[in-house]
Amino acid sequence: MNSSPSYININKEWDIVAARQLARDMSKKLGAGTVDQARIATAVSELARNIYLYAIDGKIYIEAIEKMERRGIRIVAEDNGPGIPDISLVMEDGYSTSGGLGAGLPGVKRLMDEFNITSEEGKGTIINTIKWVR
Amino acid sequence: MRIPILKLYNYLLISVQTELDDQTAIQFQEDLLNEIHKTGSSGVVIDLTSVEIIDSFIAKVLGDVVTMSDLMGAKVVLTGIQPAVAMTLIELGIHLKNVPTALDLEQGLVKLRQELGE
Repeated sequence: MNSSPSYININKEWDIVAARQLARDMSKKLGAGTVDQARIATAVSELARNIYLYAIDGKIYIEAIEKMERRGIRIVAEDNGPGIPDISLVMEDGYSTSGGLGAGLPGVKRLMDEFNITSEEGKGTIINTIKWVR
Repeated sequence: MRIPILKLYNYLLISVQTELDDQTAIQFQEDLLNEIHKTGSSGVVIDLTSVEIIDSFIAKVLGDVVTMSDLMGAKVVLTGIQPAVAMTLIELGIHLKNVPTALDLEQGLVKLRQELGE
């Protein structure tokens, strides 16, 4: 039984906070422990900031899921930005074009259990991640 | 949103009690450096006990403010980082090397005295 996803439009700085608060609330409701709540909320914060910095405009979908008696939370980050020309490059630790810490996507991948990224130049990027609640 | 900065003898004490958005964090960075300059404080403790999430941006701002304060001649100690926050930061790949930390405010003040040789 999957609930319909909630989503937050990301196009201003405060939306990053709104997205991570929603992620935290939903993971708490789902029974995630404090560490997993922090992992999920932090991953959402990173994904939302990527949208805000690189794509200007996009959405974060947050959804409670259940698969084979496992419960989890699915986060999808979707934007219509410039896309990522070389995905293997952005998945390298320490790679950053924004002068940040370069934690970015490899960090998000480590925080979550499943991670999938598709991107098309000139069209946008979709990042699909899941954290299973133990 | 402004984070209050308290003066105690020659130290500055900050307890972050709000959800840190980017703007608040940047404003805090500026406010703290101005306050160090104004008061001539030699040490700062930033207590993060109530902070539930530190993402890469907030971590960078905190790490930077430690380095900036150091440049001005003031030592900063971060205290009270929650277990969940510590785990998340390391998994994210953020190590905050060269940032002095302590378990709580009390031990933070002890550490400051040691660092300053007082």
